[in-house]
Amino acid sequence: MHPVRQQRLTLVLFVAVFSSVAIGLVIYALRGNIHLFYPPADVVAGKAPAGQSIRVGGMVVKGSVQRAEDSLAVTFKLTDFHSTVPVVYTGILPDLFGEDQGAVASGVLTTDGVLEATEILAKHDENYMPPEVADALENSGYDYQGKAK
Amino acid sequence: MIPELGHFALIIALCLALLLALVPAWGTWRGNSVAMALAPSLAIGLLVFVGISFSCLSAAFLQDDFSVKLVASHSNSLLPPIYKFSAVWGNHEGSLMLWVLILSLWTAAVALFSSQLPLLVLSRVLSVMGAIGVGFLSFTLFTSNPFARLLPGAPADGSDLNPLLQDPGLIIHPPLLYMGYVGFSVAFSFAIAALLGGRLDASWARWSRPWTNIAWAFLTLGIMLGSWWAYYELGWGGWWFWDPVENASFMPWLAGTALIHSLAATEKRGLFKSWTVLLAIFAFSLSLLGTFLVRSGVLTSVHAFATDPSRGMFILVFLAVVVGGSLTLYAFRAPAVSSRVSFAWVSRESLLLCNNVVFLVATLTVLFGTLFPLIVDALGLGKVSVGPPYFNAVFVPLMALLVPFMSLGPVSRWKRDAVSRWGRELAIPAAVAVLCGVTLPLLHAPYNVWVALAVLLSSWLVLGLARDFWQRLRSGSDPVQGLSRLTPGYCGMLIAHLGFAACVTGIVATSQYAVEHDLKMSPGESRVLAGYEFRFVELAQVRGPNFVADEARFEVTRDGVFVAALHPQKRRYLASGSVMTEAAIDAGLFRDLFVAMGEPVGSSGAWAIRLHYKPLVRWMWLGAILMAVGAFTAVLDKRYRRQREVVHSSHEAALRGA
Repeated sequence: MHPVRQQRLTLVLFVAVFSSVAIGLVIYALRGNIHLFYPPADVVAGKAPAGQSIRVGGMVVKGSVQRAEDSLAVTFKLTDFHSTVPVVYTGILPDLFGEDQGAVASGVLTTDGVLEATEILAKHDENYMPPEVADALENSGYDYQGKAK
Repeated sequence: MIPELGHFALIIALCLALLLALVPAWGTWRGNSVAMALAPSLAIGLLVFVGISFSCLSAAFLQDDFSVKLVASHSNSLLPPIYKFSAVWGNHEGSLMLWVLILSLWTAAVALFSSQLPLLVLSRVLSVMGAIGVGFLSFTLFTSNPFARLLPGAPADGSDLNPLLQDPGLIIHPPLLYMGYVGFSVAFSFAIAALLGGRLDASWARWSRPWTNIAWAFLTLGIMLGSWWAYYELGWGGWWFWDPVENASFMPWLAGTALIHSLAATEKRGLFKSWTVLLAIFAFSLSLLGTFLVRSGVLTSVHAFATDPSRGMFILVFLAVVVGGSLTLYAFRAPAVSSRVSFAWVSRESLLLCNNVVFLVATLTVLFGTLFPLIVDALGLGKVSVGPPYFNAVFVPLMALLVPFMSLGPVSRWKRDAVSRWGRELAIPAAVAVLCGVTLPLLHAPYNVWVALAVLLSSWLVLGLARDFWQRLRSGSDPVQGLSRLTPGYCGMLIAHLGFAACVTGIVATSQYAVEHDLKMSPGESRVLAGYEFRFVELAQVRGPNFVADEARFEVTRDGVFVAALHPQKRRYLASGSVMTEAAIDAGLFRDLFVAMGEPVGSSGAWAIRLHYKPLVRWMWLGAILMAVGAFTAVLDKRYRRQREVVHSSHEAALRGA
């Protein structure tokens, strides 16, 4: 075989082995780090698994945000105007988080249907709605003000 | 009147871009040198008209012309003038204008500074850039016209710029990032021109190297500024979130890093030719993909503006045309440009190959993690997101794999080298690096294995570079002469690799040593964090030009000695009513102290307060700056200019001969 060809073959083999290792690494890393999104309707219907990291998004129910007096714990409810999921979270909420606004919470669902959130994402400007929330509202048949479409 | 003028100029610019794409290309096909010679003037005309259009848009913003829809929804009369100006690109339409402006800047720069290129090559390059310009100009004009009016019914005042964007970092972050993004279009155009001409040699690599270096340097600075901005402005103290849009800018950077290294092998040894071309196509395609991800709003992100599906569709089609077209061309023409040069396994070529494999795999894993949610969604399997742990788990080991080879690179020889020679050259650096890795982390208790590993790797890199530098100094009759013999290309490599070492150290040390606490604090209380005492002195009300704020006054002491006064704010912007956190940071080379306000807690006047201690966090940004400086330095190399003159004269000789 031509030496250049031989070298090219070795090269291809090397790249193939290296990329398989990389793909293995990717699949391994991906396994524990995929967070599925559920609209509140699915969570209440029991379609979301408990004890596993998921994301839930919807509108924050007016009057539901309550801060504890002595710690950074906060509770609120997320709704798609069809069903409502209670969320507990400890820490600082994003600036644009607010009642009657869209938000996405990621965390673990307890067996009694409360989402223990580790991260809260809110919208980033007035005209922007997280696409998942927009979809969840679309499917529930209500607009973001809770009016039936 | 001014907005209409801008709109009109933009239409003329589109016509010029069309001419630039078609006329020189026709000229190269028919061998018509008059048509080819039109290319540089058309490129400059394009810049002039895009420049006029951009100035008109800026004027509308600066003059508070709220009858323009874009100004009305993204500016306000209370906004300081500098933010009125940066508001031009703080929105979808305006940022596209910036894209187009920078593209025409690059096109004109190629036209002006490549007068030594053979006319045939220059006109091919410029017509490819013109075609890209047509794509983006028509995207701007047909789907996102920035000059649309709100007539009748212009509002009395605008609804303000998103407060997150009212920041000095945001004035320069997008232009720098776009300089990088769009700059890869030059490397791409050179690659396409080479494929079209079927001629791909060392001089081709020498022409495209400086452009690629400059683009890469700007991209590095842009990403660095974005990370820095996220750190102090988003108020979370994080500096990298593996957010899809961060990834969108990071992927071209990774591919670009592979590209500048494989260009080195192509220029010096005529190796990896078709591979280099493929990388150039890949880097620019990733830039376009980034634009698509950011501008189509398919992903949840800080950067997504209000969306419009027709825009996403347009970019997707454009992306498909560019990627599909260039890959088809590649498939037909690559065999014509492939190289038949051999090299031994133990050589600099192999090390550059390692670099390429690692960076390519890194790019693909980031690409996969970023697109995975889109793929799953498209298949109807639900909505997922891929968390930062995935990216860290894949990316960090890859980079750790890279560093051991980086030290060998400068020391190694082209074509054939010997492991025993590497051993002799680098035995002492290796020993000292192990020593550093074991002892230096002792300076910061508690001892951390990951930091030790990072210090080991980066000191191995730094010491290897130092060894090589010393060797070269000694090669002259005296150190001064040795120093004068160093080429800018070598110095650039040295600076950039030092920057990489600083970056690695900074990233690992902050991630491992940082102390982050979210607490409830009332005025008068104090907390100790990593030996620093943070005292919440008082709460005050302050007023800025277009906002009012609650300000927490903190005093930081260490062992009773005053360190810093920190005044984080919670701002309420008057025009939009939106609330913003303004963190207070005491910056230092070895540690940052960070205080940010959350929200009022309870009824006793207490606040949720975020306190961070971040050692060596500045190193990663300094490292990125060094990398950019290195890339700029390498461009100064005389051979890029000299060789062009040689080519020029030989070309003229050829013409005379003909």
